[in-house]
Amino acid sequence: MLLFSRQGKLRLQKWYVAHPDKTKKKIVRELVTLVLSRKPKMCSFLEWKDLKIVYKRYASLYFCCAIEPEDNELLTLEIIHRYVELLDKYFGSVCELDIIFNFEKAFFMLDEFLLGGEVQETSKKNVLKAIAAQDLLQEVSIEEYLVCLGLQESICRTH
Amino acid sequence: MGCEDLLSSYLTSEIVNMVLFCKSREAEVKRINKELANIRSKFKGDKTLDGYQKKKYVCKLLFIFLLGHDIDFGHMEAVNLLSSNKYTEKQIGYLFISVLVGASSELMKLVIQSIKNDLMSRNPVHINLALHCMANIGSREMADALGQEIPKLLVSGDTIDAVKQSAALTLLRLLRASPDVIPMGEWTSRIIHLLNDQHMGVVTSATSLIEALVKKNPEEYKGCVSLAVSRLSRIVTSSYTDLQDYTYYFVPAPWLSVKLLRLLQNYPPPEDPSVRTRLTECLETILNKAQEPPKSKKVQHSNAKNAVLFEAINLIIHMDSDPNLLVRACNQLGQFLQHKETNLRYLALESMCLLATSEFSHEAVKKHQDTVITALKTERDVSVRQRAVDLLYAMCDRSNAEEIVGEMLEYLETADYSIREEMVLKVAILAEKYAVDYTWYVDVILNLIRIAGDYVSEEVWYRVIQIVINRDDVQGYAAKTVFEALQAPACHENMVKVGGYILGEFGNLIAGDPRSSPTVQFQLLHSKYHLCSPNTRGLLLSTYIKFINLFPEIKHNIQEVLRSDNNLRNPDVELQQRAIEYLQLSTVASADVLATVLEEMPPFPERESSILAKLKKKKPTVADPTENKDHKMPAPQVSGGNDGPALQMPITPPAGGSADLLGLEAQPSAPAAASASSAAFLVDVFGDSAQPTSNGLDPLGLTPGAEENVKKFVCKNNGVLYENDLVQIGVKSEYRQNLARIGVFYGNKTSLQHSGVSSRICLKLPVFVNKFIEPAEMNAEAFFQRWKALSSPGQECQKIFKACFPQDTEQSKQKLLGFGVSILEGIDPNPDNFVSCGILHTRNQQIGCLVRLEPNRQAECVQPRTQWLRQYAHCWKASFEAASKTMKHLLSRTNGREDCGQMTKCKECVDEAWYVSDQAKPAFRRGDGCQKGEFIMVVI
Repeated sequence: MLLFSRQGKLRLQKWYVAHPDKTKKKIVRELVTLVLSRKPKMCSFLEWKDLKIVYKRYASLYFCCAIEPEDNELLTLEIIHRYVELLDKYFGSVCELDIIFNFEKAFFMLDEFLLGGEVQETSKKNVLKAIAAQDLLQEVSIEEYLVCLGLQESICRTH
Repeated sequence: MGCEDLLSSYLTSEIVNMVLFCKSREAEVKRINKELANIRSKFKGDKTLDGYQKKKYVCKLLFIFLLGHDIDFGHMEAVNLLSSNKYTEKQIGYLFISVLVGASSELMKLVIQSIKNDLMSRNPVHINLALHCMANIGSREMADALGQEIPKLLVSGDTIDAVKQSAALTLLRLLRASPDVIPMGEWTSRIIHLLNDQHMGVVTSATSLIEALVKKNPEEYKGCVSLAVSRLSRIVTSSYTDLQDYTYYFVPAPWLSVKLLRLLQNYPPPEDPSVRTRLTECLETILNKAQEPPKSKKVQHSNAKNAVLFEAINLIIHMDSDPNLLVRACNQLGQFLQHKETNLRYLALESMCLLATSEFSHEAVKKHQDTVITALKTERDVSVRQRAVDLLYAMCDRSNAEEIVGEMLEYLETADYSIREEMVLKVAILAEKYAVDYTWYVDVILNLIRIAGDYVSEEVWYRVIQIVINRDDVQGYAAKTVFEALQAPACHENMVKVGGYILGEFGNLIAGDPRSSPTVQFQLLHSKYHLCSPNTRGLLLSTYIKFINLFPEIKHNIQEVLRSDNNLRNPDVELQQRAIEYLQLSTVASADVLATVLEEMPPFPERESSILAKLKKKKPTVADPTENKDHKMPAPQVSGGNDGPALQMPITPPAGGSADLLGLEAQPSAPAAASASSAAFLVDVFGDSAQPTSNGLDPLGLTPGAEENVKKFVCKNNGVLYENDLVQIGVKSEYRQNLARIGVFYGNKTSLQHSGVSSRICLKLPVFVNKFIEPAEMNAEAFFQRWKALSSPGQECQKIFKACFPQDTEQSKQKLLGFGVSILEGIDPNPDNFVSCGILHTRNQQIGCLVRLEPNRQAECVQPRTQWLRQYAHCWKASFEAASKTMKHLLSRTNGREDCGQMTKCKECVDEAWYVSDQAKPAFRRGDGCQKGEFIMVVI
């Protein structure tokens, strides 16, 4: 799954099949050019090598998935949509910058929703619950930790 | 700002802003490099970093990587984070590993150890982190080390749902990396029963896992069918409020429904009548729901609903047993064909393509022909038009062929470049398959060449010639039509080729008409000559020599052309040689000899269309339009093969030695002829007329040492065949389909010049039957279908033999390739096995050969390391009995250990090779005599 901007800048990449870095870069370049050259009214599915590409544009971001020929194209569109909904709900009307700044959250959320390339949990509530639980752990751990080291001061500074 | 944003805000202040607002790429790179240097010094510094700092820097590295810069350090620090007991540190550590550490990294051992610790921790959040990391990397090493742990987590009563979900999909990912982790026996039924789990998320994950397991072992997991049907039934009959958060835009659990429908596509329709009825009801419900008014105007609602519908239709097509459902599906898709959503039109065309192959719905699909043709002409998106072409191809039968072919031809004039070649192939196939009147077929192909000449591949024009030659009734028409087509001021080179060939064969049929008298025909063709490539010119020269036979009255004109400097001294050696040989032939040979040599081509034997083969190669999924349909036409009596119509004339190799043509004294002046020491055997196509010369040698009368080197030629074409103190004999050979050219080179190893010394060395010439194999490609489905089809005792050979070399995958591949077959990747479920196929070309027949080579690694344990003896098992399948036996011997020789018993067999196999060749009449003139060639060496 790839996320890239209208300018062709890659914002998030997630691979469910192992490729060497060089191949990954090549694939990304090819797909970005391919998808950006499509016109608005065109069909969201296209064949690429022996895979199918399903893409959708949200504001300035393109979301793009490569699926097997027998996978369900329409539902892949909805996978994209659900992911956008999740991001949206979490960040509160998500924008490109949110994904750049909080890339780790975007990854964690994707892992809760899709795992190994398959849908794991389709319930929005459950995914967000899992992420909220993570955040809680994070909060506790960092605070405890900083308190321990007496670094409260430095927090203030970085804020 | 919450504390969780600390990390990000830190990034923001430090680099993000800089990077985002950097004016140029150079500035960004500079800034990043500074940051990297800083981090590197921190990691290398004397002060030990605490977990938080480590996390911070690892996170920064990750960010820099995601911006598109290369990262080559920090991996160790990330691995260290894994053993932290702080959740966030662990989490960032795992994220870094998943994104940046390759499966082959040396650190993987450490990572696996950390994962193991976390899996054992009984802390669900840590377990889940470890599982996610495994699912993201999914390497074989991981599968081997940890694969056994996952099924326990999956079915244990203590595991919480979220972990179960992750465990199911992690197992699925590991399964793809290593088939050994398949849970069997007691696990089977417990895993299947996850389909009944209360938690929809668990069912969703488990269904994917079960489908993967079913694909590996359908029998073992058969029990899932009834459970899947009942689960599906509960979902489709529930109202959207029942499933709460699993309802997506008013559609109940679309993801799970689709997964279940796909799972069911792995099995034939259920045998149990009650399950079957229930499934039919489900499918009907889904079709009914498609007719209901939408519950929401949102595109998500219709997408999710239609996603389920399309998957249901896929299942209906897969079962292919209920005409009522099939026709309903077809009508539903018909509605989509004119839908305003491009996506739906695309999918409808695609699914309908499958429906067209079912006998129950073929007629129903045909009703939409006009809509599809309109789509072809009006769709704005080329990928949709492509689908329309596919559908037209699939729905074509004898009743609508003329119309569809006509429409496709018309569209071809404006078609996108990217789909033209495929369309040409499709039109050519349909025209041939459904031609009732072959004059129509000839017209269609000539139109193809006229409209899209550049996209007409060789197969297409070879094919039309094969058909014309095999059918007396169209020969005159074809000659007349090409003659007319050639009169166009600009015509495509392919047209000249077809025209040249057909007039050369059948020009006499229209010579009676003064408008197409011999002189006119010749002048017409010759007017194109100078515009053509050397290849075509060569063909035209052959046409001219045929004209000399057909029309003796224009012999002088033609000889003049052949004699012109332009031909006789052409820098292209092939043209030069043809001109010289043909000129000589026409001067020296009597009319009788000419008539025999230049006789009309004999009919081609029947064979699958090479065009179809090419189309299949282009698109492995394409269906043969006649398959599954009852209107089969008798296939035209023609041969396929890629070699095209062989001219019944000697095609002299462009270089490489003196060629004794037909016993005539035409001595070409090819430069290579200068090397008197090379004797290349011209291989011609007169297999029938050339009687094998029997050699009077005792089969065992070989010179000592003659056998030593022969076997290495099984996989090689060139090398030293024999060597003693005085002489070295080398062989160079080339093989193309059923033709071979062999050069033998003699080297004087002494520093002296000998004269008048003659010695006699008897050698086997290394010509093995596998040399005539050409590699072929096919997909797994086609491979196994054919594999299964070739199962009668005569067609199959299996041999287990010991390897005499270490089992090296690359080397084995090289050997197989050298053997002439292709290596097909990803076909055999066991990745250790090699799957190959090839086509053995003989003159009259092409024999498909399938090979599986199964290295047996377990045998390794029997003979550990010291001897490197391992067992290979391999099977040959070939549709030709003797061929398969021979191949078996040959292949085992290349990999196998040499011992006395096998040497005897090898001899046998060479004899067998000749037996095969003899039967199939390969194109050797002297071939049989060469088996043990006798060379009298005279060194001067």
